[in-house]
Amino acid sequence: MFEEGSIFTQLLVERLNYFIYVVLLLIGLWAMIAKNNLIKKLIGMSIFQTAIILFYVSIGVKEGATIPIYLPEHDPHASHGSAEHNDAAVSGPQVLEVSEVSGYTNPLPHVLMLTAIVVGVATLGLALSICLRIYRGYGTVEEDDLLLKLEQEDSRNAGGFKKRRPRKRPSSTKASSGAAQAVSSEKSKSDRAGQGNRRSRSKSPAKKTQSSSTSDGKKPARRRPRPKKPKERDS
Amino acid sequence: MSDPIVWIVLFPLFGAVLCALAGPWARTICYPVSILSMIASVWASVNTLLQAVEASTHEVSYILGGWSLDLFPRGVGIEFRADILGGLITLVVTGVGLIVTLYSRLPVQRETPGKESMYYGLFLLQIAGLAGIALTGDAFNLYVLIEVAALTGYGLIALGSNRAAAATFNYVILGTIGASFYLLGVGYLYLKTGTLNMVGIREVIEANQMYDSPAMQVAFVLVLLGILIKMAFFPFHAWLPNAYCHAPTTTSCLLAPLVTKVMIYVMIRMILTVFGVEFTFESTLWTEVMPWLVVVAIVCAAVMALAQREIKRMLAYLIVAEVGYMVGGVWIYNYYGLIGSIFHVISDACMTLCLFLGAGIILQKCKTTHFDGLRGLFARMPLTMIGFFIGGFSIIGLPPTCGFFSKWYLITGGMVSERWEYMVTLMFSTMVMVILFFRLIERMHLAVSESGQNLGKGHGDLGLTERQTRFDEAPLSMLIPLLLAASVVLIVGVYNQEIVDQIEIFLQPFDLPTGVHYE
Repeated sequence: MFEEGSIFTQLLVERLNYFIYVVLLLIGLWAMIAKNNLIKKLIGMSIFQTAIILFYVSIGVKEGATIPIYLPEHDPHASHGSAEHNDAAVSGPQVLEVSEVSGYTNPLPHVLMLTAIVVGVATLGLALSICLRIYRGYGTVEEDDLLLKLEQEDSRNAGGFKKRRPRKRPSSTKASSGAAQAVSSEKSKSDRAGQGNRRSRSKSPAKKTQSSSTSDGKKPARRRPRPKKPKERDS
Repeated sequence: MSDPIVWIVLFPLFGAVLCALAGPWARTICYPVSILSMIASVWASVNTLLQAVEASTHEVSYILGGWSLDLFPRGVGIEFRADILGGLITLVVTGVGLIVTLYSRLPVQRETPGKESMYYGLFLLQIAGLAGIALTGDAFNLYVLIEVAALTGYGLIALGSNRAAAATFNYVILGTIGASFYLLGVGYLYLKTGTLNMVGIREVIEANQMYDSPAMQVAFVLVLLGILIKMAFFPFHAWLPNAYCHAPTTTSCLLAPLVTKVMIYVMIRMILTVFGVEFTFESTLWTEVMPWLVVVAIVCAAVMALAQREIKRMLAYLIVAEVGYMVGGVWIYNYYGLIGSIFHVISDACMTLCLFLGAGIILQKCKTTHFDGLRGLFARMPLTMIGFFIGGFSIIGLPPTCGFFSKWYLITGGMVSERWEYMVTLMFSTMVMVILFFRLIERMHLAVSESGQNLGKGHGDLGLTERQTRFDEAPLSMLIPLLLAASVVLIVGVYNQEIVDQIEIFLQPFDLPTGVHYE
């Protein structure tokens, strides 16, 4: 099974690091896409990013090599006494020949990953705080619940016009056809259409501004719009 | 001050720190600090662009941290490089940033009261990140700057309502996947070439003829996939409409014109500078596949835009369609297509800015952006509407505006490389945009509601009271930036030849086909 050149050898012995990182990457990707819980999605995101970090670190490994601090024979500071050597030291780092650097590992992949870890931490922190806001605002971190609530909210906000209009139309025709408050002729009709329009305009914005302005105290933002609805129906 | 190229990024960066520290004085100092740092940044990017145009190599290079190219091989130290393309995009980024900063005073106070210092801090960091993306010459540094821009963008969007926070979550997930794929691709590039400097990578690829290397192909696919997710190319666009639609006004004004466009710049940069034209277009099958994906992207986005009943949401889908234009312009592999694509990045930034500024004003004055709330807006806010529709006509592509000229080059490119499907799609999408904007005009001028019901009595009567139609223009601090943006759209259109000349100078060394490509 593990003879030279077989696929198992390739995957599990020669390229084990790539194999592991791809498996982790796919686990992370799957969790981000398929999981229902937002926090689990974030865990998936973390696994995903860690897989990439593992990939970078593993390509920077070199057996038997040391950290890239000058070996004694390359050290520009080694011979302290003489003045001309001090000058050389002051002039800063130098480029070593290729043959001289075989004892060093390449530090760059690891250094890059320090940055990537920082980015990952920042992303995770930000995503968690967004989760917190979602939880405070909607009371759930389950995606399907959340989508349901978002749909309701969207149809309440954006579809406000659509929803209200069917109600208004029958009432205005009824009114003009001679029911309750119908006053004379077209003028009142157009006025009322205008009023209704104006009111509905000023209302749905009020909702928007409120919900955005009180973004830290969620509950009032959710409560306030509701009492308004019945009033709109009355008009 | 001899190297304005670094100051482009440093001014907003310092401004951001100042704003974030402002705390209790936030209300008074954040706005002026932002404006000052953006003016300085625009000044620096103008100077950089002029330097790049005048230099014999047509580029300005600065290596951070004092590593000089004389003592060390290329790739040691992070390079900031502004060639003409980078310079132009930087100018667009900082210019749009300045206009949006001017515009931001009222909306920020109204929508995020008490958080001004945080808002402006993120805002300036976002601009620093985007300008940095356009300037950096280092593939890994590009990743970091992409993440800087993305993280601040998430923050800026999530500062809005709860709905915005929910929309941001998708953006975070998709954005992280995109950036991570890019990072993975850079890992493979580094594995094969041993350098992270963009020019250095291409030199190694060309010197060693790595065109058939599977690892390079994987790197290319990963980088391209990451960038396509980030730029909201059609199948990956899901994060964009909700995020831009529910974001605070100023945020959508800043992000909508810039983020997707800067990512298209990154794609062009990756193709031309990092992988090289020969690798991209001749050793991969993408040249065959991408134009068809673009066709699907443009058609779907245009149709979805047609289905929207809200200005901001419609504009968000328009952006997805425009992304399709620009990606297509690159992938039809043609000199004119690429000119069109680069010019469209510039002009699309201007016109999208115009539209979103206008939509912000409409939202502020009418308290809604639903189509049914727009009756009589021409009477109430004639100047705003003129500005808004200059942007709209530019999206359609009417001649004096810049959108016409970029579309002209894109269509020329499609014809020259005989990509008829791309050309036809552009025409189709233009028709859809005509419908979109003239429908808006209809809603404003004629009293026809979305359900087709006629609310007025005809002959100019919109069924509105006099109070609703009297002159009621937006506040000057919002109106002036809009008119500024509209005039930029016209100026870029009128002086298109000068800009295209510079783009041609930039494209000359890449040896792109100018004649018929497919025999």
